Amino acid sequence: MSRGTILAKVRVALRVDRADQARNEAVAERLADHPIPRRAEKTTDALVGRFTSLLREHGAEVIAVREAADVPAAIVCTLGANDLPLRVRSGTDPYLAALPWQTEAALVVQRGKAQPDDRAGLSRALAGVAETGTLVLASGAHNPVTLGFVPDTHLVVVAAETIVAAYEDALALLAAELGPAVLPRTLNFISGPSRTGDIGGKIVMGAHGPRLLAVILVGSGAA
Amino acid sequence: MSGRGSETLRPTPANFAKNATKALADKALQEALSELSGGLAAARERAKAALPGFEALRRSGRDIKDHALANLDLYLEAFERNATAAGAQVHWAAHADDACKIIGKICHDADARIVAKGKSMVSEEIDLAAYLQTSGLKVVETDLGEYLVQLRDELPSHIIAPAIHLSPSAIEATFRARHRHLPADRALASPEALVSEARAVLRETFLAADVGITGANFLVAATGSTVLVTNEGNGDLTQSLPKVHIVIASIEKVVPTLSDAFALLRLLARSATGQDFATYTTLVTGPRRAGDPDGPDVCHIVLLDNGRAELLGGEFRPALRCIRCGACMNVCPVYGAVGGHPYGSVYPGPIGAVFTPVLAGLPAAASLPQASTFCGRCEEVCPVEIPLVRLMRQWREAALAQSEAWRTRGALRIWAFVAQRPRLYHRAARLAVAVLGAFGAKRGALRRLPLAAGWTRHRDVPAPQGHTFQQIWARRQRRGTP
Repeated sequence: MSRGTILAKVRVALRVDRADQARNEAVAERLADHPIPRRAEKTTDALVGRFTSLLREHGAEVIAVREAADVPAAIVCTLGANDLPLRVRSGTDPYLAALPWQTEAALVVQRGKAQPDDRAGLSRALAGVAETGTLVLASGAHNPVTLGFVPDTHLVVVAAETIVAAYEDALALLAAELGPAVLPRTLNFISGPSRTGDIGGKIVMGAHGPRLLAVILVGSGAA
Repeated sequence: MSGRGSETLRPTPANFAKNATKALADKALQEALSELSGGLAAARERAKAALPGFEALRRSGRDIKDHALANLDLYLEAFERNATAAGAQVHWAAHADDACKIIGKICHDADARIVAKGKSMVSEEIDLAAYLQTSGLKVVETDLGEYLVQLRDELPSHIIAPAIHLSPSAIEATFRARHRHLPADRALASPEALVSEARAVLRETFLAADVGITGANFLVAATGSTVLVTNEGNGDLTQSLPKVHIVIASIEKVVPTLSDAFALLRLLARSATGQDFATYTTLVTGPRRAGDPDGPDVCHIVLLDNGRAELLGGEFRPALRCIRCGACMNVCPVYGAVGGHPYGSVYPGPIGAVFTPVLAGLPAAASLPQASTFCGRCEEVCPVEIPLVRLMRQWREAALAQSEAWRTRGALRIWAFVAQRPRLYHRAARLAVAVLGAFGAKRGALRRLPLAAGWTRHRDVPAPQGHTFQQIWARRQRRGTP
């Protein structure tokens, strides 16, 4: 009903014909041109440096560790430094599941989507984007999206070799993980803790999402 | 929570002049405006300076939107196809009431009682919250600024900073009046305390909501995705926690590909708040997938026309490039002086002056394109190079052609008649200058002038010296002095 009306109005206004082959081909070509982008450029120290400093500028904490095995200790350290209980909620992401959690006996890792009284969520980012200091997270069976928005604190593990220059490059890493042309329900680009400027123009952290965003950067050699 | 029942008490575009006069006299508003609007413009300048090639990016933003608009029918069909393939349900709404009815029915079918709403200008445009509330739903705005204007039963006064007209003390008073369940002696003076309280109150809504309604900054045809940008994270809670997610978006939001969306996203936050990127940018594609531990079971997308399709055919097509960043209002001297409410529209400032006549009709909104000095700063900052001045001028011409403008037309005709007859013109000028000169001889200025009260209310008119330039020139020639 409305569909036909709207499309007819658009075509009348544009003075075009649905069957116009040249237009259809041009649009089809443009649509097919969408990224499966070129392979992401190789990570460089400069990219990692820019990613880190921009994220810090946005109010995130960035903790660099030498290797994945250091992540549990970094989490315990971050929770402690922020007076949080040693408990995190996480999905069943294989990268996170493979970490040596047994080295931190005091840390409780709960699985599943976020619960209302969770204090800290733990996610893995599939990439980091240097151009604006932005984490890229894909929702999925192993990565509940709510972990990044319901708890007060969001801990995100990102590997230095996945730091890329541009947003488009991150899509290449996504394609490598999920297969080409597959998008998850949500693809989240996160550039710092939640904030608002709605009261008197003053930036206040922790509007609805996390007050604290702690990024654990694995393998940057900076530890 | 009350709806927008008191429509008659709200400023309307027809009363812009009266509304503006009131706004100029409003001390609290003037204070809030002087602090905030300029800050956003300065932040944009810094962000622009920090990104090499910003101007080239603006041109590519313009070209992307122009290409999408020129092929809008095909991109809308592609978007529908791909969103449907991803499991979303796509609805089409020709007018505001169609969209309200579609969304009302989805809520009804889901047995919904509580609706969490993200910020969406399109939902404001169709007055969605009021419609849903009359059908018995509790609708809660979750963007902090929108929540504030909802509590106060006002319209947003800025498209990205809806509560820019409110001071922290006004917000404290509103919270004390409306959050009666909280202890009366709580400390609420600081912005941090106010944000904390809003967070706690709205968290209850997120957890209880049956339906989440968000807008979309862009629709991506190639993937069927909607793109939502926020800083607070309220949009993500709204589209992740309730069982049903509804996206309301207007048809001109569609862009071909993800690369196109990224190009425009690079412009959006920088132009809006001066951030390099908003805190949260989320691509949503369909509802939760099999095996996903969270996310909504169903995802509906409502595509709204509401007058836009007709714009495509004429000179106003460039207005549909707008990505709603608000940069034009942040630099506008008129917006800066009176704020957003006098426009009587959900879209204030220069883009509002161009777009409101489309929604409200030209007779009702004819004074908005007049509310500009044509200084052109809006065009200079527009991330998609909308020729705002030209479009406002076109509305002025259209308004002049309407029968309601007979007085203006008559006055201009008389002026043209006189101006084309030099002898008559000089005689009239001599008379006017002599009379005004005689009246103002003592002070050198006039306090009042017939037909010019709008000017003389605020300042005196310098009185002419009694002779026209041509008279003085002729006299000097006779005396032989250069």
